[in-house]
Amino acid sequence: MFWTSYFLAVLAIVLAWPVPILLSRAHWPARDPFTAMVLWQAIGLAGGLSMIGAMLVYGLEPVGDNLLAGLRALAGMVLFAAPTTALGFWHLFALSAAALLTAHLVFTLLLTYYKIERQRRRHRELLALLASPSDDGPGTVVINHDSPVAYCLPGGARSVTVLSDGLMAALEPAELRAVLIHENAHLTQRHHLLLWAFAAWRQALPWLPTTRLAQEAVNSLIEMLADDVALKTESKVTLIKAIAIVASGSAAPQGAAVVEPAGFSGAGLQLPDGAGGAGPASTTASRVSRLLSPQPPLAGGLRAAVLAGCALLLAMPTALLIVPGLLG
Amino acid sequence: MASLGELERAVMDLLWAGHEAATANTLRDLLAQTTAAHGGAAGHEGKDLAVTTVLTVLSRLEKKGLVERERGMRPHRYQAVSSREDHTAELMHEVLGSAPDREAVLARFIGSVTESEAETLRKLLGHS
Repeated sequence: MFWTSYFLAVLAIVLAWPVPILLSRAHWPARDPFTAMVLWQAIGLAGGLSMIGAMLVYGLEPVGDNLLAGLRALAGMVLFAAPTTALGFWHLFALSAAALLTAHLVFTLLLTYYKIERQRRRHRELLALLASPSDDGPGTVVINHDSPVAYCLPGGARSVTVLSDGLMAALEPAELRAVLIHENAHLTQRHHLLLWAFAAWRQALPWLPTTRLAQEAVNSLIEMLADDVALKTESKVTLIKAIAIVASGSAAPQGAAVVEPAGFSGAGLQLPDGAGGAGPASTTASRVSRLLSPQPPLAGGLRAAVLAGCALLLAMPTALLIVPGLLG
Repeated sequence: MASLGELERAVMDLLWAGHEAATANTLRDLLAQTTAAHGGAAGHEGKDLAVTTVLTVLSRLEKKGLVERERGMRPHRYQAVSSREDHTAELMHEVLGSAPDREAVLARFIGSVTESEAETLRKLLGHS
């Protein structure tokens, strides 16, 4: 029991700090965004699980040999007023912390969902009055604005892709198709669920800098995933041109964006090593650089190893928490 | 009968085009005219459009913060809170701005780019 909580605590710390930092600096995610995305989810889930599990197991140590027995004993104390003398101050402290953290995570997840949905509804209401339907299929609307802008607003059956006049004027038909396929890929692959989960994760633990790294990595990975879908139908040159035209037309006005160190040097379009601090700006840079100088995807074996690692990452804390109780 | 959504749009278009406050009656007449001008398009029976329907639409728009009522005068006169351009600007500010949770609300084709990045991309365009 004690060793379980010790091990879970170590796992929680490793997943909260060094692992996300290493992953955010790694170069391979651009080669295999899908696998990297699975890994980020496994890190977040296993991290949260082991954080809560470690405190729970430690707190229940005096009253049960394993988690299930401990929880049964705890239920006896809470529901049937069994004597609580076995639990010392630190045990009660750990149990309260575990309960509070769980409640906090669930509450933040729900609150974030509510906030996002409210903003989307308001946005949809205004679009219904301001935008006109486009010829590019249902769910696509055009808004009267000069900057080249394209985005999608997820919302189940009412999902909508918005293009600006400026964008339609600036792009060739093939480039426009690439943009539409890209945006549509966000909707069909349900990227908004990932964005929601990682936004909530960061909102819940803002003092943990790695939650910011995770959110930025996920934001960047979904763009790469959507680019890869667009590449199945449109050529690489078309997509690069579309990105370049939209990006050069929508540069942030002075002072609006965070001051970034130059994301890449003028000639090479290569990201400098360890550009960890770079924000959303470097997403565009890394997208273009992976299109310009494509790297081979991860070898099958390596990919399988990372995915197996993800499964192990989730199975380990779960097994440590549950299995001793089932065996006992 | 046109859907409430279509009517909301039609009413806002009238208020945005008119630049001055209008009563529900005026709006009803204007809506009937537009329909007639379009050759009485399917379903949109302007003649049958009741003033109460227009009032319902107006109160929905008021709740959404898009129109306001002039107080103290009867019948009430309604006007748009801000112009179509201002609303578009508000929407685009939400899209292009750097609000912390914008990234979770909508997915942009291109996120914020700095001037130096844009410059590099322009050069790239020149070469291709």
